[in-house]
Formats: sequence, C-alpha cells, structure tokens
Amino acid sequence: MHLEIITPEKSIFKGKIDSAIFPGTEGSFGVLPNHSPIISTLKKGDISVIDENKKSNLFAINGGVVEVSNNKIIVLAE
Amino acid sequence: MANLKEIRNRIVSVNSTKQITSAMKMVSAAKLRKAQDAVVQMRPYSNKMQEIISNISAGLDSMDGAFSDQRTVENVLIVGITSNRGLCGGFNNNVIKSAIKLAETTYKDSNVTVLPIGKKFKDAVKKTSFSLSPIFKADTEKIWDDLTFENTSIIAEEIMNLFIERKVDKVVLVYNQFKNAAVQILQNEQFLPVLPPEVNETSSSNTVDYIYEPEKKAILDELIPKSLKTQLFKALLDSMASEHGARMTAMHKATDNATDLINDLKLVYNKARQASITNEILEIVAGAESLK
Repeated sequence: MHLEIITPEKSIFKGKIDSAIFPGTEGSFGVLPNHSPIISTLKKGDISVIDENKKSNLFAINGGVVEVSNNKIIVLAE
Repeated sequence: MANLKEIRNRIVSVNSTKQITSAMKMVSAAKLRKAQDAVVQMRPYSNKMQEIISNISAGLDSMDGAFSDQRTVENVLIVGITSNRGLCGGFNNNVIKSAIKLAETTYKDSNVTVLPIGKKFKDAVKKTSFSLSPIFKADTEKIWDDLTFENTSIIAEEIMNLFIERKVDKVVLVYNQFKNAAVQILQNEQFLPVLPPEVNETSSSNTVDYIYEPEKKAILDELIPKSLKTQLFKALLDSMASEHGARMTAMHKATDNATDLINDLKLVYNKARQASITNEILEIVAGAESLK
C-alpha cells in the first residue's frame, strides 16, 4: 500500500506502508490493504502509520482530506 | 575634451554601480531558485485538490455553496499582488496599471475597493481615488518576509468573510504568473465567487465509486475554502518567483549596460590621455627647438 502525505509547502511522507489510522471528521478509521475507495475529510489529530517494518509513526495534522483508491492513499494535510 | 580627472571619477562611479547591480542579480538568482522550488512543491497539492473537487462536484447537480453564490456585482474587491521593493523592471507597474484599468473599464459601474498586497501597490493606490479595503492591515506587506500557507490563510479567510457577509460580490486577483525567469504573464483571476470546475471528460470516464464520509456536499463545503486558500497561496508564490525573475533580468541588463558604459568611457579617457601626452611632447620639442 502506498501512502503520500502532502501539504501546500512540502511533501511530508511518501512510501510503502502496512496500515494507517486517520482522524476522520465522523470518527477515526483504519485503512488496510485493499480498502474500498473512500474520500473523507479529516479533523485535527494524528495520523498513525505502520510501515513495512512494523514500525509506527505519528503525523500530527490540523485537518485535511484523504483519498484512498487502488491501494494508494493520498492525504492533503494542513 | 572633458578633463581626465572627471572621466576617471565617472568610471569609478559606474564601476561601483555595476558591482551593486551584479550583486543584486546574484541575490535574485538565489532567491529565484528558492521561490521556484516552492512553486513546484505546492503543485501536487493543488492538482490533487482540484482533482478531488471536480470528482465530487461531477456527481453533484449544482454547486450551490456559500462561495459560489453569483450575485449582481455591486461591490468589487481587487486584490493586487506586488512586491515590497522596486528595481525589477515593469513587474509592479504592470500589476498597478492592469488593476486600475480593470477598475475603470470592466467594473466602472460598481463600487471598487482595493486590497493591496505588497508595498508598491499600496503606495500606488494612495495616489488614486480608490478606497482601501477595510480588512487592509499594514501587515499584508509583511507576508513577503515570511510567506507560509498559514499566513496566506489569514488573508484568504478575511476575504472569504467579506464575501459571506455580502460586503463584496466579486473578488479578482491581479498578479504576475511565473513562466520563466525572463517572462511573467499578467493574470486577472476571479477568486470569488467560485467558478464551477471544468468537468474533464477523460477523468470522469474512469471515476471510481468512492465512499464519501461525510456526504459529498459536506466535503465540498470543507474543501472549497481550502482550495481558495490554495489558490491565493499559489498566486502569492507565483508572484514571488516572478518578482525575483524580473529583478534578475532587470539587474542583468543593468550590469550589461554598465559594462558598455565603462568601455565607452575608457575609450574617451585613453583618447584624452594620449592627446595630452602628444601635447606635452609637442611643447617640449618646440621648447628644445627654440633653444638651438
């Protein structure tokens, strides 16, 4: 699964991941491989990412939007 | 024939001017690189944003958000984006002229207020009869010292509030778009109300059936302010890159001119020097001759 986190100023994260948990406006949700396509807005919070080596990373965001399609996740964060 | 000392002084003064212009050129070139990088960095964000918005609005029948409200245009806000500093060719003047022309022709029947970003436009507005926008604060100049998305958002939000409160019916951005270091394209861009995105036939044919969370309309309501901030940020970045590009070109020309001038002056100087030496020899020879 490929994840990209981009802000207007730069790209924060780009790479392959195992799973991720997003702070959606209607409740946080996890994304595993082969998740069905979704577009959701995000509220202020942390994106928790488990990468291929099972290491977890946290990215704090101030809201944004996430698009998942075809095992590709793109986060437009602020 | 001008005297030698005068010419020498001029050469020295032109030379120091040349040093300044070539240093300024160097500085602008470095800043241009940085500004260009920033433009490139934000491109994926704005492209993706546009893609998602057109994806969502393709499924919606109408775009009746608060920001796409088409009203009869009574109050127009012109946002002019210029730099704080001069010495960059026609860069600032083009924006100022175009904004004034816009106010006097296209919007001559409506009530025009102006929001200047950058000192040059503010100074120009003071000389005209246009009224400054009430949201104008002195710190719109300072944005160039620290151009971040956050700082841009503050301005964008204030403009959006004006629109929501129906104090303005239309907002236009006037700025220089960056093409390359030598070429800037002057842009008059409608900021508000939001124009419905162009539905791209090729992209809509392979749209995926997304789950929307929350529903489409709510997402759109949240995304449109973001996309407006992005649009303003993009305009500012473009303008910054253009400014440095324009200044670099202007300083390059100035340096070239100084070099030409120095060459001409040197020629005149050497001619004058030779003439005076010839004169001296003539005098000596004549003096020696008369002593025989």
